[in-house]
Amino acid sequence: MATYQSLDLRRRSASTEPPPSIRDTAVEVAKLIDVSKCIGCKACQVACLEWNNLKEEVGVNVGVYDNPHDLTEHTWTLMRFTEWVNPETENLEWLIRKDGCMHCDDPGCLKACPAPGAIVQYSNGIVDFVSENCIGCGYCVKGCPFNIPRISEVDRKAYKCTLCSDRVAVGQAPACAKACPTQAIYFGSKEDMVEHAQGRIADLKERGFANAGLYDPPGVGGTHVMYVLHHNDRPELYAGLPNKPQIADSVALWKGLFKPLSLGGIALAAVLAFVHYVSAGPNEVTDEDEDNAKRLSGRS
Amino acid sequence: MAPEKDAVVSRYTTGARLNHWITAASLILLALSGFALFHPSLFFLTSLFGGGQMTRIIHPFIGVVLVVSFLGLFLRFVRYNWPNADDFRWMGRIGAVLSNDDERLPEVGRYNAGQKIYFWGMTWTIIALVTSGVVIWDVYFSHYFTIEQRRLAVVVHAVAAVAAVLLWIVHAYAAVWVRGTVRAMMRGNVTGGWAWRHHRKWLRQEVNGEKRVPAE
Amino acid sequence: MTNCWGDIKSSDVIVIMGGNAAEAHPCGFKWVTEAKAHNKAKLIVVDPRFTRSASVADFYCPIRPGSDIAFLGGVINYLLSNDFIQKEYVNAYTNASYIVKEGYGFQDGLFTGYSEEKRDYDKASWDYELGEDGFAKVDPTLQDPRCVYQLMKVHFSRYTPEMVERVCGSPKDKFLKVAEYMASTAKPDKAMTSMYALGWTQHSKGAQNIRCMAMIQLLLGNIGVRGGGMNALRGHSNIQGLTDIGLMSNLMPGYLTLPTQKEPDLASHMSTRGFKPLRPGQVSFWQNYKKFFVSFQKAMWGKAATAENDWAYNYLPKLDVAYDMMRAFDLMYQGKMTGYICQGFNPLMSAPDKAKNLKALAKLKFLVVIDPLQTETARFWENHGEFNNSDPASIQTEVFELPATTFAEDEGSLTNSSRWLQWHYPGQEPPYETRTDIDIMASIHLRLKALYQAEGGAFPDPIVNLTWNYQVPDHPTPEEIAKEINGRVLEDITDPVDLTKVVLAAGKQLDGFAQLTDDGKTSCGCWIYAGCFTDAGNMMARRDTADPGETGLSPKWAWAWPANRRILYNRASSDVNGKPWAPQKPLVQWNGTRWVGFDVPDYGPTVAPDKAVGPFIMNQEGVARLFARGMMREGPFPEHYEPFESPIVNPMSPKIKGNPVARMFKEDRDALGDAKDFPIVATTYRLTEHFHYWTKHVRPNAVMQPEAFIEMSEQLAEEKGIQNGAWVKVSSNRNYLKAKALITKRLQPLQVDGKTVHVIGIPIHWGFTGEAKKGFGVNTLGPVVGDANSETPEFKAYLVNVEPSTPPNETPMAAASPASKPQG
Repeated sequence: MATYQSLDLRRRSASTEPPPSIRDTAVEVAKLIDVSKCIGCKACQVACLEWNNLKEEVGVNVGVYDNPHDLTEHTWTLMRFTEWVNPETENLEWLIRKDGCMHCDDPGCLKACPAPGAIVQYSNGIVDFVSENCIGCGYCVKGCPFNIPRISEVDRKAYKCTLCSDRVAVGQAPACAKACPTQAIYFGSKEDMVEHAQGRIADLKERGFANAGLYDPPGVGGTHVMYVLHHNDRPELYAGLPNKPQIADSVALWKGLFKPLSLGGIALAAVLAFVHYVSAGPNEVTDEDEDNAKRLSGRS
Repeated sequence: MAPEKDAVVSRYTTGARLNHWITAASLILLALSGFALFHPSLFFLTSLFGGGQMTRIIHPFIGVVLVVSFLGLFLRFVRYNWPNADDFRWMGRIGAVLSNDDERLPEVGRYNAGQKIYFWGMTWTIIALVTSGVVIWDVYFSHYFTIEQRRLAVVVHAVAAVAAVLLWIVHAYAAVWVRGTVRAMMRGNVTGGWAWRHHRKWLRQEVNGEKRVPAE
Repeated sequence: MTNCWGDIKSSDVIVIMGGNAAEAHPCGFKWVTEAKAHNKAKLIVVDPRFTRSASVADFYCPIRPGSDIAFLGGVINYLLSNDFIQKEYVNAYTNASYIVKEGYGFQDGLFTGYSEEKRDYDKASWDYELGEDGFAKVDPTLQDPRCVYQLMKVHFSRYTPEMVERVCGSPKDKFLKVAEYMASTAKPDKAMTSMYALGWTQHSKGAQNIRCMAMIQLLLGNIGVRGGGMNALRGHSNIQGLTDIGLMSNLMPGYLTLPTQKEPDLASHMSTRGFKPLRPGQVSFWQNYKKFFVSFQKAMWGKAATAENDWAYNYLPKLDVAYDMMRAFDLMYQGKMTGYICQGFNPLMSAPDKAKNLKALAKLKFLVVIDPLQTETARFWENHGEFNNSDPASIQTEVFELPATTFAEDEGSLTNSSRWLQWHYPGQEPPYETRTDIDIMASIHLRLKALYQAEGGAFPDPIVNLTWNYQVPDHPTPEEIAKEINGRVLEDITDPVDLTKVVLAAGKQLDGFAQLTDDGKTSCGCWIYAGCFTDAGNMMARRDTADPGETGLSPKWAWAWPANRRILYNRASSDVNGKPWAPQKPLVQWNGTRWVGFDVPDYGPTVAPDKAVGPFIMNQEGVARLFARGMMREGPFPEHYEPFESPIVNPMSPKIKGNPVARMFKEDRDALGDAKDFPIVATTYRLTEHFHYWTKHVRPNAVMQPEAFIEMSEQLAEEKGIQNGAWVKVSSNRNYLKAKALITKRLQPLQVDGKTVHVIGIPIHWGFTGEAKKGFGVNTLGPVVGDANSETPEFKAYLVNVEPSTPPNETPMAAASPASKPQG
């Protein structure tokens, strides 16, 4: 599996020790998906299957263009199509969004994961699943604010977009970005991507999309996959892209304060018991009790 | 009849004892495997079960054993565990309980209020654990629940598990603290003195009842 | 394409109409996104469906399938009546000022000279008034009522915005907005590009659709300039090469035409190919026709082609009628064609009327299929239930399958839409016994030749004398063939003045078609490709990405025909004095002594502007034709005719049904349906996830679009009680197919001529072989009628009905006439 000796880790799931982080090689990377340039050709989807040697099932048509109909353990990226009539212009808009892992800066999957090192975040920001450490519990699925990871029915391990960490490690762009014919997928340093997005947003505003903007949600610390949206005020239009996503309160509670509190509580209970034993001593049956018992049963 | 030693009172049948220990064992295994996945510092416990994947696989099946086993215990003991007025008086004198001053306590039937609280506490936490456990038993049931439901379930499962563990600590400590208790679950009987001291009303019932206290 | 893919980035307005570039040409579409991102271009899409192209467009306007000429005619009317034209350009570079003969006229939807019996025109009146000097008369003031400009004004005055709305169903305000966008490029420094494909060609008047837009582009001064042009997006990686090399039944390489029976000898053949200039001093480059022809004959038959035997003219077949695909299948159907070699082609699924094709193939004695894939055509005899209800027991056709390599397994050149010949190398070894198409054909040829040599035969000469100078005869290399196509000098060519001086030595590879001669001293397989493989090497294999001026032309990347020219008619990018119309986007300009710039001038390199030589040097006039003379079969101006199956009577000329000169076989005419029984308009198309019937054999593509579907509006679905994702049956008067319903807002009912017209969309990609789910051939439904000029089938507009249905029966079933089977 991944050898990340040359790619330092920023975070490692279920680990109490700090990950190695001494090498100063980390440029935070980001993939910028310009929804306004995307034509929904699915070249990215095919490139993902091919680069990662994934073999998806041939499905059926159910009246939509989204094939397969959802992310799967084989389909790590999926074009989602939404038809929306803009009430302001009365024009139909066909909103096509490439769905997949957002590579959150504060990844909910990693937070939820109980298996040490099954989910890592490299110093460049990529969140990767290390399959050999995965125990298939599905906690990442619950931790993810974007509903991305999928568990294989075959090996019960979790899978999702790796942002082609293997390619990025050797200076290549992810396969999807490489395959995109319209350069709707850009890849580079997060800083550059944010800057590039500003130019695109200015262009979209000129073309009448007053709410065009960059989707880089602060609720998860920003993401390493960002979108340029024509309607950034309403990301939910794009096949339910979460507006203001964050790690669910329940997950935050479960993996946050609750853990130390409960372990502490259990320890405290044990200590109290000990203290009680030492102070009050055992509750022992006396001879008198035995006599009383005999008396009662009429045998004395 | 041989020279009498202390009187002995039968408390648990063999079946009940086995039932108890199956329940206890599964609870302990569940706690160990659960803790392994609950906190990184305890992940090493997965080694006891053959690694992370195996721990994840085994844990819910032990849960199934627990459910069946606990159901047996529940059916055996539920009739002794309905609360009554004595329980409130007993609880009102909890200080006496803790200071081993049993004489200040009302006469107790088969189970005292603390034991009843434990019984119902375990009942409800196990119901919570089973219910939430099914929701997050992804292999078989993930398709039936939404992500939100599963997120809630993991929290419920964790809270219930900690509650169960806390209850268990009280239960286990009490067994050690109150001497003469363990043999009830090991050998099925207690001494008359123990019964006199802790469950006098029960002892009276046993003595006056149809069933004689069997001498071993 | 007049221009090239990379040039689209210089466009100011991009019109996608008659095509869906984002869907069918996603890689080329990158240049549209470049133009939008870096040139602030506006993208306009006019289409019956809100397509993937429309999803990224600045403006979308719906249109009824088959009404493009009405729409574009409306634009011409808008431009002319509002004077939104680039006047200087129109005056100098088009035939707007030419006077048309007395006798030409137009009435009730027909031009002068029509014969209903022949379904054809006598085109004699469609020409210029000639002066005594033999040159066409002109009126530079454009005031003469018989000048092309004035005739155009009259002709298109009937195409009012109201008429456009009535015929096309395009809301008037949206139509006018599109016209306004187009008109904005009448400014000399603005350019519009027209990107089109089979959405314009697959009609009974497809060529006129394109011509109509070409006229708009001329009026706006958008031909020959950067970011302009008429840009046909070719649907195969090498379909441009197919037409260039003359693989149509009536063509020879380089757009030379095959002789007809009316031309028994070379003299009669050449008599109509003189191409004398129609204005003083014009180039009329087709005057060189004989040089191209003789050099081609020399390439074919070498020493056997001599001046004495008219360069082996008698070796060429003489056509009695056009043998296009539809004719071929009709002949098979009639039992008159009994053998068929099918190379890289899947006609069972592509030629109109699948049921007829099935019966036609079943009558063959033998069928040879040369293909990398298990095509439906090769398997036509298999019974796949409703998907292919044939009766194997009754079919005697012997089928030979010769597995061929794919493009990724062999070497050679592909000619793309930009006319670029790009050399490619094999990516991997071909599997098993697979051979290249060249090897297969060579082997067949050598066996035939041996048979002819041994047994003689009626006329063995063209076969036994065919030039075959390949080092390994049954394995010609792609380089050998490319060199032969490029052409070489056969005998020393000397200076006309000093005969001792050899200008071109025998054996030299030609540098270009300018070196061709008509005396048999040069050979050239395809004159427009001359220059692709010279003594300097294989120009097609060049990979220099340098792009001076960032024009997108990349002149040293591969090689473009003709003469490595990237934008045709590029002289027109400058005004009459040779100064660029768009100073910020110069292309070719006069520097005082010669034409210089970013492209190879489409013009005499040192011909000064004051010589008044027109920029359209291929034409006898030297200018572009707004009035087509007799070049088009329907008439010199485009006219709107309804598709052969139409929901309405043509509001512009109610008496005329369909294109009056389109050919139709009798039984096919009888099979036409009408709007009473089939009220819904159907149109067919490709999806980006697939390539024709090929990629359904590829797992990832099959995953992306696994199963056949049709698209329909929410309104129609409600009317018919159809659920999204449910099975539906689509019937035409010919046959039916079943597919899943995809209900969408992207199709909307149109208001046409006072009534509501529903349009459904039928993607074409599924068949009964491959990885994807089985599907019906979409050619099950369409009418058997083609464009009058090119015989391209009318797949883009016909009538159907739709109803809820049940899943098709996949298992072999008793063969029966599909039409007589019970519903569901």
